[in-house]
Amino acid sequence: MARIFAYIAHKGGAHDDTAAELIAAAKKIDPTASPTAIVLGWGADLDGVCATLRASYKEVWKIAHESLAYPNAELIRKALVKVVPPGSIVLVPHEHFGIDLAPGLSIKLNAAFVSDVLAIEGAEGSFLKVVRQEFGGQVSAHVRCDVTSGLVVTIRPGAFKPLEGAAASGNVVDKFAEVGALTAGRRYLETVVAEVGDVDITKYNVLVSIGRGIQEKDNVALAQELADALGAAVSCSRPVVDAKWLEKSRQVGSSGKTVKPKVYLACGISGSFQHLAGIKGSPFLIAINKNPRAPIFQVADVGIVDDILEFLPELTNKVREMRRVA
Amino acid sequence: MEILVCARRVPDTSENEIALNSAGNDIERGELVYSINEPDNYAVEEALQITAKVGGQVTVVTVGGEDDEEILRREMAMGATQAALISDDAFQGSDGKGIASILKAFVQKGKYDLILTGVQADDGGAQVGGMLAAMLDYPFAALVNSIEVLDCKKLKIGREIAGGNREMNEIDLPCVLSIQTGINEPRYVGMRGIRAVASVPIPTHSASDLALDPSTVGGSAAKVKRVDYFVPALGKGAEMLNGSREENVDKVLELVAAKGGLK
Repeated sequence: MARIFAYIAHKGGAHDDTAAELIAAAKKIDPTASPTAIVLGWGADLDGVCATLRASYKEVWKIAHESLAYPNAELIRKALVKVVPPGSIVLVPHEHFGIDLAPGLSIKLNAAFVSDVLAIEGAEGSFLKVVRQEFGGQVSAHVRCDVTSGLVVTIRPGAFKPLEGAAASGNVVDKFAEVGALTAGRRYLETVVAEVGDVDITKYNVLVSIGRGIQEKDNVALAQELADALGAAVSCSRPVVDAKWLEKSRQVGSSGKTVKPKVYLACGISGSFQHLAGIKGSPFLIAINKNPRAPIFQVADVGIVDDILEFLPELTNKVREMRRVA
Repeated sequence: MEILVCARRVPDTSENEIALNSAGNDIERGELVYSINEPDNYAVEEALQITAKVGGQVTVVTVGGEDDEEILRREMAMGATQAALISDDAFQGSDGKGIASILKAFVQKGKYDLILTGVQADDGGAQVGGMLAAMLDYPFAALVNSIEVLDCKKLKIGREIAGGNREMNEIDLPCVLSIQTGINEPRYVGMRGIRAVASVPIPTHSASDLALDPSTVGGSAAKVKRVDYFVPALGKGAEMLNGSREENVDKVLELVAAKGGLK
């Protein structure tokens, strides 16, 4: 198999959790592989990341430049194209930066491209068989990639478990000299931090979380009434924010808030991995959804196939009744 | 500003229970409800809002077959001035790179300042926009959730990054942007609007019209191929409550209380 590289995402001098996951993914491609980490950045932050990575990667390629102090996908693509040998396999985390970088990188490396891979079944000759999900996770697909001229693959964060005891004491190799001048048609300006919002959903033990199944803005009240009765807060998945039915600050997921409640009531939420990525601390997850094939039922503790528009008011009444008795 | 939006017709995940066909090589397509890929619809709306402010025209293009024409008409009913269907038997089995190659050939026949795609399709790889940009040597940004026209040479754009934060960038035109859902509120399209454009001719372009080398597109050029579909056995799955609604309500309440959710 070809040489394998791992693109290391990092921030504030610390590498992302995916750094270890990409090693696990590389070993699924080729059990004998020793992937090379590629880290781009600037200053003490970059040096810190490289020093830490030596513990798990045998070789760490470092590319330092002032223009890379904030990760610009176009500059980074141009740098990678200069240093990555033809025919290589490049692993990139499937998050906002990987989605920005990887497709164009595959074109410039003349490599095959496959995205959001959550399992690797192994290599057969010059082919690699991987698993992806489609249709919001309702079905999975085996995908066969011809890696003869290389492969760029984005790996779903959290899908590959880091290997135990993979000590390396690796070398850091400075590759800056091979890169030269970099220019881009896109320039980073600033990061606008998310607004806090009226309700801090990260502070609640119980969340009544609604998804597309709530159907229209007026129905949000059904969830709010239940939340009020329970002493809970209403949170939501992406479609509810897209439709402007709730503020962005109520959104749970990789592009929203990370929450750690004790109980999570997923109401009319299909359960995309981006949404599930925002639920931490293994809460007791109760899912109510009309679609018996909704992926949320694969991860929930308890599931009910029902229409939330009818189920939620009955549950609210029951809670109120119980409160009166108590 | 001349804007091209690349759109697709897909089975609507929110409207369908997706199941496998008996052979396991595809999903069961007989009863599926199709619609425009949701992020693509936001992309068309964004294009219309930009041209309403600064002038210009919006063209919507799709690679597909006769059935796909319906989404082009829908987007024309929204306000797109032109549409084009790129269709050829030679395109069957194209992978993401193949589709990007086809779109590149189409782009090069026209003159566009800005090209928009949806960030991803439900059966897609969030790939065609980034590939198209690289092929054209245009700047690119993925997950765009705000666009402001600064002048005829550049835009100020926001990208959705982790934690609800937004990364602001300046980007030179011409460029390719992949549009995230929620960037705007797409306008409603009624039956009357669709009927109004029902007889507008939509040009079809074949591989030869676009001077495409057939060896660069279609199944034979595809390096990435779906082998089959399957439904994975993931974890233990939820304990399904199959009682009456009243019984289920009682059980949920009991569980919420037991897990410390009632104070």
